[in-house]
Amino acid sequence: MAISRGFRGRRRTDVDPARVPPGQYVTGDFPVLSAGPTPHTPLADWTFEIRGAVDEPRSWSWDEFLALPSQTPTADIHCVTKWSKLDTAWRGVSVDTLLDGVETAAEYVLAFCDGGYTTNLPLEDVTGGKAWVAYEYEGAPLDPEHGGPARLLVPHLYFWKSAKWVRGLELRDDDEPGFWEMYGYHNYGDPWKEQRYRGD
Amino acid sequence: MAQLVDETARTKSIVLDVPGWAGHRAGQHVDVRLTAEDGYQAQRSYSIASAPEDGYVVLTVERLDEGEVSPYLTQELRTGDELELRGPIGDYLVWEETLGGPLFLVGGGSGVVPLRAMLRHYVAVGSAVPLRVLYSSRSLPDVIYRDELRQMGEEDGLDIRFTLTRQQPAGWDGYARRVDLPLLAEVAFPSDERPLTYICGPTGFVEATAGGLVELGHDPSKIRTERFGATGA
Repeated sequence: MAISRGFRGRRRTDVDPARVPPGQYVTGDFPVLSAGPTPHTPLADWTFEIRGAVDEPRSWSWDEFLALPSQTPTADIHCVTKWSKLDTAWRGVSVDTLLDGVETAAEYVLAFCDGGYTTNLPLEDVTGGKAWVAYEYEGAPLDPEHGGPARLLVPHLYFWKSAKWVRGLELRDDDEPGFWEMYGYHNYGDPWKEQRYRGD
Repeated sequence: MAQLVDETARTKSIVLDVPGWAGHRAGQHVDVRLTAEDGYQAQRSYSIASAPEDGYVVLTVERLDEGEVSPYLTQELRTGDELELRGPIGDYLVWEETLGGPLFLVGGGSGVVPLRAMLRHYVAVGSAVPLRVLYSSRSLPDVIYRDELRQMGEEDGLDIRFTLTRQQPAGWDGYARRVDLPLLAEVAFPSDERPLTYICGPTGFVEATAGGLVELGHDPSKIRTERFGATGA
């Protein structure tokens, strides 16, 4: 490891280093990273679907979705572009609730979204209290720029896995790479192992 | 690190001689990692400003006063220093001639950096794809690659248009306002020509531009964006 002559850095003393994965820095901002224009789907046209390798597909309208039992997770989030944001507060529906009673032999999910974005995850990474479909951020409806009306929230993986504008989960027997996973990013994306790019 | 070039008061180009560089595609970025004497590290991503044909790797870095890495790169780094790089990275915000066009490049501020790589590539391969470029800056002294872009306009005949949003010099013959719907309607290719568009810049700029093009009937799937910075809230 080469020393960068004259570099001291700006270490934050107000942050517990154990909460910051390697190569990340903590920001108070909420940066926006998106690969294309922000979609604006009318709520009247919005649905959330569970489909693919399931005994019976499911679908909720926006009103039906809001009527589902919700949770208010607080989580640290980590973006592959190096920023982390601590103690972010959300409201959303646990993916466990959405999959409750679904019969499937699938081992993977592909989240699909308005605008054509997709991301792939092992099923076990979105079940067991690890993932939500979130529609409120810090007590207010989620901004379109940040993925509103609803985004996936999978805080233990890099934040591109927390797909913005999510419209459903496709359960799959095989692991189909999503958008960034095809464009050079890591297939799994564990920030604590610094799995940023293909080959990490 | 071979050379430093002042671009504007806030930006510098770092010309790197990278042993074993396997080449890159226009629009890709690298990760730069700095290491302090006590082992503390910081890393950030920077777009590559040079074309694959240039034979060297150029990063153009804007100094963010509250930043950690950009002040070092723009103020502390000296010719001959070593820099730890990882890359090239990202296969999406890339333009190659096989992707075709018409090609519309829209940059805001230092968002012009990956677009400059695409422009240099476009010229280097002698592309005949119809091209238009719109570049928004606060004022003339903030325009990065000012002379080079003008030269591309005059000598290579590229359609590169500038808008200055805050301050314009006397006799300015470019646009003098923020990129809005009427400006896009005037500069962009008609949507029925199905142009391929790349928009890079600050979040608000990219939101307004990409949203405006969608409003004008452009296919969202043909608009590739790269944003930097946070939401205003």
